[in-house]
Amino acid sequence: MTATTLAPGGPVQAAGKAAGRRGGRRSRILLRRIGFYLGTAAVAITLNFVIPRLMPGDPASVILTKMGQKEQISPATEASIRALFGMPDTSLWQQYLDYLGQLAHLDFGTSITYFPTPVSTVISQGLPWTLGLVTLTTVLAFLLGTGLGILAGSRPGSRFDSVMAPLATFLGSMPYFWVATMMLLLLSVSVPVFPSQNGYDLALEPGLTPEFIGSVITYGTLPAITIIVSSVGGWLLGMRNMMITTVAEDYVSLAEAKGLSRWRVLLSYAARNAMLPQVASLAISIGSVVGGSLLAEAVFQYPGVGFLFYQAVINLDYPLMQALFLAISLSVLCANFIADSVYVFLDPRTREDA
Amino acid sequence: MTAVQSVPTVPESRTAKGGRGARILKGLRRALPANTKARVGLGIIAAYVLVAAVGPWVVQSLMGLSPTDLTPDVLQPPSLAHPLGTTQDGSDVFAQLVVGTRTSLLVGAVAAIISTVLSVAIGLIGGYYGGTVDSVLGAITNAFLVLPGLPLVIVLAGYLQGRGGPYTVALVIGLTGWAWGARSKRVQTLSLRSRDFVLNARLLGESNRRIMAVEVLPNLLPVISATLMMSLVTSILAVSGLEFLGIGDINTTSWGQMLYLAQQRQALMSGAWWWFVPPGVAITVLGAAAGLVNFGIDELTNPRLRGARKQTRRAAEKSRTAGKAAQS
Repeated sequence: MTATTLAPGGPVQAAGKAAGRRGGRRSRILLRRIGFYLGTAAVAITLNFVIPRLMPGDPASVILTKMGQKEQISPATEASIRALFGMPDTSLWQQYLDYLGQLAHLDFGTSITYFPTPVSTVISQGLPWTLGLVTLTTVLAFLLGTGLGILAGSRPGSRFDSVMAPLATFLGSMPYFWVATMMLLLLSVSVPVFPSQNGYDLALEPGLTPEFIGSVITYGTLPAITIIVSSVGGWLLGMRNMMITTVAEDYVSLAEAKGLSRWRVLLSYAARNAMLPQVASLAISIGSVVGGSLLAEAVFQYPGVGFLFYQAVINLDYPLMQALFLAISLSVLCANFIADSVYVFLDPRTREDA
Repeated sequence: MTAVQSVPTVPESRTAKGGRGARILKGLRRALPANTKARVGLGIIAAYVLVAAVGPWVVQSLMGLSPTDLTPDVLQPPSLAHPLGTTQDGSDVFAQLVVGTRTSLLVGAVAAIISTVLSVAIGLIGGYYGGTVDSVLGAITNAFLVLPGLPLVIVLAGYLQGRGGPYTVALVIGLTGWAWGARSKRVQTLSLRSRDFVLNARLLGESNRRIMAVEVLPNLLPVISATLMMSLVTSILAVSGLEFLGIGDINTTSWGQMLYLAQQRQALMSGAWWWFVPPGVAITVLGAAAGLVNFGIDELTNPRLRGARKQTRRAAEKSRTAGKAAQS
């Protein structure tokens, strides 16, 4: 759904129109985007500061009470929780500075769910799982969807296209958590092919052994299929619609008239140009893919940040929840920036004027 | 696209009250997008709205089913008494589904209205004034566009803990989901700003506020109605996702809540497919309907998407008839 309506140009189209020479133009665009993403990161960090202070009640006291039930809290822990979640007596500005200092030391307090493990340790254990899963599935879904989109869009109205386009619309409409549940039903409960929970065989010692890697692959298959099934439709439709538009261009007709082979015309003439909006929409869709994979992880109890997030919310583990929000947002911004930079280098227009 | 075209029917129906219903129907038909996919999608959405409006009454008063009553019929497969079986508490799944349609649609509608109002305000003001105002609003819009929405919503809903009922969640989703719409409205306003009638109003000395409200806003209505509908569906999906995670109001009956309970009570393991398949299908079909409308709008705005298809079809027919001719 998201990819189809995308106008070419990416999120930072609001760029002005400064003219320049080849190299200068690109680096200026990149610099402006770095500025934008730094600004957005600041927004995320500030939101993370504002939200607990806006909420009814005093989250910091709630957290401290909860922790106090488990163990005696040290003054250092109390200070860090107060800095992160609010000190009613100090000025907001001072609180903000304290909070930033806290972030600079990567001190996000102590998790309640995994008491007394620090939040930063909990997240650093979960992050690689999600990064691996989301990166791999996004690349696969992008390639698969774009490839099928090229085929469908090259002959609009053909039998292949009239099956693929509605199918993609349908797949793209299914919520991630629903696909995950159906996958569990089909491939784990009815026909026990894949394990239903966890990220690896808990009987194995984590390490770079063939057995462990094998189990990571087996346990990761269902979550991966879920994300691919839910996200491939958007890529397919986006590419198909762009292909239909490009295939009708004069330069494609010229290439055909020159007698170039069908595949050469499709790939190096039509698809090459139709790809640009796809790459541009990559940046925007990463956020929704990450959001969806959070839900999928919760269903499969996959040990990534999504499952941690789920547990944090269920257990009212505010320190973990806040830090996860920040970690996820900043990772998504990094991914966005990479996708955006790729776009800048792919789009020939960035050489002249935007 | 709807409102602008249906405007001419309004004075007619005022003068002649008798034929009002027929006129409105006729106007509606004219106002519908001339695209089969979009029409099918809108039809499905209209069916959902109908179920939400009268469904709970039909199910509870006419069929005598209750979504909340606990009966001894526990985990029954579909039967005549229970068209979609029962849950582990013995509640009727069909009744839950129908009542849940109303809840989910209402919550989605509230979220959609909030996000649409915000997106109109931000897109209109940014596009109309341009300059610094536009750059600031544009940067905020872009920031909300690239920040992942779901984690933000989960954090907010996690603090609220179902306080204030389902509409607080709707408020949260509305407040976070306006960026897409703001972008399209800004673009539209930009192109309207330089039109003659806007310039005319400005030369007549109209205030900026009045020009925005009277000259520009009515012309945004097609875009507004399209985004309102899309955000209705995306909001419903978001609310269902939140409820599925268990951060909704536990006392309401909705699709997400049904899926959450089914997941919690291991419906999957006990093979009670009738418990969790219907709400998922309801969400998927609604999403697909929105997808169809979106697809249809794409075809309407990009003539090549339609043109190309007709051409190929015509070419295919031509070659088929040519083949037949050659055979005979």
